[in-house]
Amino acid sequence: MPKTMAIDTGDTAWLLVATALVLMMNIPGLSLFYAGMVRKKNVLATAVQAFAVAALVTVLWFAVGYSLAFTDGGAVMEVIGGLSRAFGAGLHGATHALAKTVPENVFLMYQATFAIITPAIIAGAFAERMKFSAMMWFMGIWLLVIYVPVTHWVWGGGFLGRAGVLDFAGGLVVHLNAGLAGLVCALVLGKRHGYGHEYMAPHNLVLTLIGTSLLWVGWFGFNAGSALASGELAGFAMLNTHVSAATAALTWMAIEWASRGKPSVLGVLSGAVAGLGTVTPAAGYVEPWAAMAIGLAAGAVCYWMSVVVKTRLGYDDTLDVFGVHGVGGILGSLLVGVFATSAINDVRNGQPVGLVDGRGEQILIQLYGVAVIGLYTAVGTWIILKIVDFMVGLRVTRDEETEGLDTVLHGERVQ
Amino acid sequence: MKLVSAIIKPFKLDEVRDALTGVGVSGLTVSEVKGFGRQKGQTEIYRGAEYLVSFLPKVKIEIVVDDSQVERAVEAIQKAAHTGKIGDGKIFVTAVEQAVRIRTGESGANAL
Repeated sequence: MPKTMAIDTGDTAWLLVATALVLMMNIPGLSLFYAGMVRKKNVLATAVQAFAVAALVTVLWFAVGYSLAFTDGGAVMEVIGGLSRAFGAGLHGATHALAKTVPENVFLMYQATFAIITPAIIAGAFAERMKFSAMMWFMGIWLLVIYVPVTHWVWGGGFLGRAGVLDFAGGLVVHLNAGLAGLVCALVLGKRHGYGHEYMAPHNLVLTLIGTSLLWVGWFGFNAGSALASGELAGFAMLNTHVSAATAALTWMAIEWASRGKPSVLGVLSGAVAGLGTVTPAAGYVEPWAAMAIGLAAGAVCYWMSVVVKTRLGYDDTLDVFGVHGVGGILGSLLVGVFATSAINDVRNGQPVGLVDGRGEQILIQLYGVAVIGLYTAVGTWIILKIVDFMVGLRVTRDEETEGLDTVLHGERVQ
Repeated sequence: MKLVSAIIKPFKLDEVRDALTGVGVSGLTVSEVKGFGRQKGQTEIYRGAEYLVSFLPKVKIEIVVDDSQVERAVEAIQKAAHTGKIGDGKIFVTAVEQAVRIRTGESGANAL
């Protein structure tokens, strides 16, 4: 890692702010987004998951996670990094090759916030029935065994990045990864008791609206921050993020209005999150008009998956982690192959990038990335769940689930 | 003495209160309740999950009045709570054996 690059104060200032924005997405953004959608007896247990995960992941990330994801792994560089930055070693005067104008301690912090929110997203899939102990074990192991290597493969110098797989801010690393893991969690844990016939409506969608709004604003740090510098590319990433979110919110609203008769609050919020997640891998590679097309696709496809397909298949992904994040991550990552252009981000040294540049091959490369990470996450998550089930058991008992996780797991209630 | 219980639409509470005050009723008790009658429930949909909510929110008011006041009180409630649409509610009248004012120990009609 170069130790003599000139630090740019503008770039550094933006990354410092972006880091705070991404942490805000998780606490309180994601925390409130999820807490509003569960029943009143499970509010605290749901809200605290993202918070506890923030603390747990920070410690693991600082200890070894960052180093394994982002440093030189020597002979095993294709699959994992090394331990040269374990416990924050060697940060004095250092920069990272991905962000040469920013101190590496800021880069470590920025990436920490991504490592925090990815496992925290998964928690929505098993909400209202998983033990807190099992959740903590699962999150810690999942971070080190799934998130860290996948991040290394795509961003840290591993084999997927070298193969030309493009993921601007985490369509693969964050959303496909967490979304598929969520689906596996929902399938392994099974449905909540009473799912499909008991009243399980969200207890307070105002919390969800506040959470979604914090996610939306925080996402500027997530996507525009992923330019890892301040300037035109960060600006395009922010514009694309905003346009996609708005388009997807309107699309979901319109489809629901036309097919169900009413534009629901949860619908417009879900649409916005779908648009944000789907544009994430593409934000810094595509033209703004393409971001609008991505938002349109996100609103329609994620609606169809969360509302129509999930109901038909009958799995209980409590808060639609797969339908919104997983599907959005896959869709957005494939659309990168269609819309990525050298006019926005010249990642191939003047050569065409995506289909709009006349190069269809990028779609196949993206598909390769989706397949590899999807398979690894699905199988790995399943194994981790089986191990944790053996260690502490995954689910609370039926009686405890009926009573509610707030009192059973935490000895507290909202009122 | 009679107990008049009325289940009404929540937004009609103020009008009913004013009407009862107008006919000389000096106090009433209000509870938020849920129930169903001929008015069917509402359908809620959350990301495709449909729930039929069969118990709708209503307000229950209770007053105890002297026998001579009953007819006027019932009429006042019926007029004030009326919208003509299904779900306006019901009024029940039952006999009350005794009433006691806790502060003074007065009983019967004097306690009302």
